[in-house]
Amino acid sequence: MKHALPSSKGEPMALVAGRRRREQGIAWLAMAPAVALLILLLFGPILAVAVFSFTDWQIGSPSLRFLGFDNYRALFADAVFWKALANTALYVAIVVPGTVILGLVVALLIEARPALRSFYRAAHFLPVMSTMAAMAIVWSTMLHPTIGLVNRLLAEFGVSGVNWLRDERTVLPALAVIGIWQSFGFAMVLFVAGLKSIPQSLYDAAAIDGADGLLDRLRTVTMPMLGPVTMFVLILTAKRAFEVFDTVRVLTKGGPNFASDVLLHRLYTESFDFLRTGYGAALTVVYLAVVMLLTRAQARMLDRRVHYT
Amino acid sequence: MRHGALLLTTVFALLPFVWMISLSLKPPEEIFQPAFHLLPQTLHGFDNYRIAVTAAPMHRFLLNGLFVCAAIFSLQMLVCIPCAYALAKLRFRGRDTLFSVVLLGLLIPPQALAIPHFVLLHVFGLLDTYAALILPWMISTLGIFLMRQFFRAVPDELIDAARLDGLGEFEIICRIMLPVAVPALTAFGIFSVVAHWNDLFWPLIAIRSEELSTPALGMLLFRDDEAGQFTGPLMAGAVIIVAPLILAFLFAQQRFIDSISFTASN
Repeated sequence: MKHALPSSKGEPMALVAGRRRREQGIAWLAMAPAVALLILLLFGPILAVAVFSFTDWQIGSPSLRFLGFDNYRALFADAVFWKALANTALYVAIVVPGTVILGLVVALLIEARPALRSFYRAAHFLPVMSTMAAMAIVWSTMLHPTIGLVNRLLAEFGVSGVNWLRDERTVLPALAVIGIWQSFGFAMVLFVAGLKSIPQSLYDAAAIDGADGLLDRLRTVTMPMLGPVTMFVLILTAKRAFEVFDTVRVLTKGGPNFASDVLLHRLYTESFDFLRTGYGAALTVVYLAVVMLLTRAQARMLDRRVHYT
Repeated sequence: MRHGALLLTTVFALLPFVWMISLSLKPPEEIFQPAFHLLPQTLHGFDNYRIAVTAAPMHRFLLNGLFVCAAIFSLQMLVCIPCAYALAKLRFRGRDTLFSVVLLGLLIPPQALAIPHFVLLHVFGLLDTYAALILPWMISTLGIFLMRQFFRAVPDELIDAARLDGLGEFEIICRIMLPVAVPALTAFGIFSVVAHWNDLFWPLIAIRSEELSTPALGMLLFRDDEAGQFTGPLMAGAVIIVAPLILAFLFAQQRFIDSISFTASN
């Protein structure tokens, strides 16, 4: 058992106790700013959001009334809210598998041979680093119906492209592709780190048992060993996908006709464009609940899979 | 075949950057012409960049980014390091509870705190100031967590020896823990700077003045400005906004990628 302070044999108990007390004092001094800020900036605000959600308060107004669950009732009766929730779910459902699978494939390809590894890693990671607000605008010119790269390329193959960002049917998938573009490099880096940590001896042992083909090696060694990393990548990618905001705000503002509206964008519009603070707070509580529940559920489910297979 | 497949994905990853640079160098007629060439026929780049730089205070956006990110990271380290040290190496009642609280904080998406942060700043009259951009981010549960994990790995004997030499706890932090913790500091620093440099959500809420805008918000303001209606200058502006981080990344690639792996392994 590690002791933070050395105590020599025969030291009087009083001295040791004094030292423990001093250690406690110093510890609390070291943590005081952090604890104060955790309350002021993190947990206090969460409480405040919950309280606001039960009022009709608007920022700047001098008084407020308690409304009970009225804000929540209004929220759940709002078709736009359900549309945003569905859109967010669809967005996550496209981005997470796309990102994870593409990231894994690229990682496997990069690690398969030593040639040009740094170049490929850097190239694929570039989108992750880039300022999304700016790159979204670049994407909008690429997706432009007439002069955009995408439609020009499609025209070469005789396919007529649509107005990707202004068509209700294609806007969310288009945003999802941009989302995958930005995040698959991140998944790739994490998978590469995971792949690097698999000892060669495992592959050798599997080969002795007859599993030396590519698919065999993947199935018997690589994928099981990547279990924890995959879990981490899935959770992180899902969390980031739920937080999608920049592309929606910059490119579509939720349109056309709320076809691309997502939870966080709704939160922003209601709270800061319309200043419906109470309603926005209720939306925040729901958003928080969804994200935290999903993260924990994912973690639990994947944790079981990782450890019992 | 490996190169073939990787070439496809590389093109997917790099295409928007190539497109952005290509368009930033083209005159309007070329952008809208039906025939397509990657390289510009006539070099109009100087004009495009000139328009971008004069229409919006690009240098201001970048400097603001630098200032705000540096300030945030400095404050984060000031607050998180002592706390992480206490959690890792000192023994006191409530240590495990506090650590669980920190872990809980990791799950909270920061955007959920936007309304109360906005109200808090409004009450103190700090909206539309640099303080509004910096203060809400002073505490970082990720920072505490990473540093604590790293500090735990430092052998206790090192610290005991220092104590026997008469060093106080804060001296121990400065002279022993910090030098050893440089990898963790770099990792978290990169994460923090990239996240706040690229952040659009909070600056959009916290400030109104163009002079205070950080890079992401600046890009949006430029796009909505008159000059941003023209694709050439717009793409030039995008290049200016995106360039600093990209260049920093290309310079220090291994550090960036190592920092991700470090964060993940914890």
